Amino acid sequence: MGMELYLDLLSASCRAVYIFVKKNNIPFDFQFVDLLQGHHHSKEYMEINPLKKLPSLKDGNFILSESVAILLYLCRKYSAPSHWYPPDLHMRARVDEFMAWQHTAIQLPMSKILWIKLLIPMITGEEVPAGKTKEILDEVNKNMQLFEEKFLQDKMFITGDNISLADVVALVEMMQPMAGNHNVFHNSPKLAEWRTRVELTIGSGLFLEAHERLKKLTEWDCSTLDPTVKERVSKLLQKFK
Amino acid sequence: MGLELYLDLLSQPSRAVYIFAKKNGIPFELRNVELLKGQHLSKEFFPVNSLQRVPTLKDGDFVLSESVAILIYLSFKYQTADHWYPSDLQARVRIHEYLGWHADRIRGTFGVSLWTQVLAPLIGAQVPEEKVKRNRTNIDKALQHLEDKFLGHKAFLTSQQVTLADLMALEELMQVVAVGYPLFEGRPRLAAWRERVEAFLGTDLCQEAHGPIFHIVEQAANKTLPQPSPDFYPNMLLRISMIP
Repeated sequence: MGMELYLDLLSASCRAVYIFVKKNNIPFDFQFVDLLQGHHHSKEYMEINPLKKLPSLKDGNFILSESVAILLYLCRKYSAPSHWYPPDLHMRARVDEFMAWQHTAIQLPMSKILWIKLLIPMITGEEVPAGKTKEILDEVNKNMQLFEEKFLQDKMFITGDNISLADVVALVEMMQPMAGNHNVFHNSPKLAEWRTRVELTIGSGLFLEAHERLKKLTEWDCSTLDPTVKERVSKLLQKFK
Repeated sequence: MGLELYLDLLSQPSRAVYIFAKKNGIPFELRNVELLKGQHLSKEFFPVNSLQRVPTLKDGDFVLSESVAILIYLSFKYQTADHWYPSDLQARVRIHEYLGWHADRIRGTFGVSLWTQVLAPLIGAQVPEEKVKRNRTNIDKALQHLEDKFLGHKAFLTSQQVTLADLMALEELMQVVAVGYPLFEGRPRLAAWRERVEAFLGTDLCQEAHGPIFHIVEQAANKTLPQPSPDFYPNMLLRISMIP
């Protein structure tokens, strides 16, 4: 059994890993763990990752979770071209800095938008109050501005002339709200250009393939959803009220 | 001008950077940025770091934020002992695995207690009881995971030696202890881990780094805490409203 990657491409973190391995022709077995069916909570998966999170990597006896850890592991193990995680101390630090910052500044709010605009209304039949929605959209707009002014600036990519792990992680997360019909790039031509540049560098075919499942999320029939999960989503809605 | 570290020892990630630099004998100029006075939002600090956050490192023209990035940078630049951030691939990525989980489950959650116990009351605000309870539950769940999934029966979180992961974790846990939740009580494995980390770092260094946060409750009670300027209130209130 070769290296296994446990993924559901609905998750931005999974897409980052998927895009990286495909782009670098790293051989792996795709193990689909269906988030919509709650398979990440199954006994089988909990043996792989007791924290029930995706993505996970299994390389022989070595099991690893957390997408940033997985990306760094793959980079070094498969000797990916150095621009992905530059050896230069300052450039590498920029990637580390972005990877740390993005957890709360990008990943979390982008995921919240998807919940607010699509998943909560779809599952509970109720909308999140407008005030709370605005608060989260304002936060996202502010952070997109910070991303442009501090991380991207006038460069082609976050570290300069070449794509790195940071650009892939950033973009896949910023794609998450698209499934809720929300485009975070439309306010800034510079960011829209960067987005296109990253997509083309990855390869449009691969990029679109990676985002296919996210795109189809609006078609999901959630009536088959486990009642306990539906209950949890309702509780989530209460937190937004 | 040598290495400058812009820090506030009230901040968990600031302490992690401070302790790391001191323990490793890394020469630096300490630039105190008082969060309670809103100095991180000041006009003066903005040119240093437009993200308006601490800790910030300034090495000549190179400015870096985010404690993890700073710790990794310092470990490379000053060639610190291998155990902090091992060159062995599997050992190294275990640290990143911990830090990824830490970013979601520890960071943010463990900082809430200072707000509920000290900072909100300081400006006459109150955090709803429901949120305080939820935070306590989240803390307890995170501690359970920390003990079971990361520490297990090892000496330290990701290996048998102290790493950057232990430093980051320790400072978050100390934040909660400092404002009155004795989270090590009833958790002997975690308590033993804490003792091992502090023994490694040295009592003097720990006392020095933890001094300000451990005095803050007393200062709040004696009303000797600096009162934040009213300009800073909206920012603080927004932060309070974002507590889940």
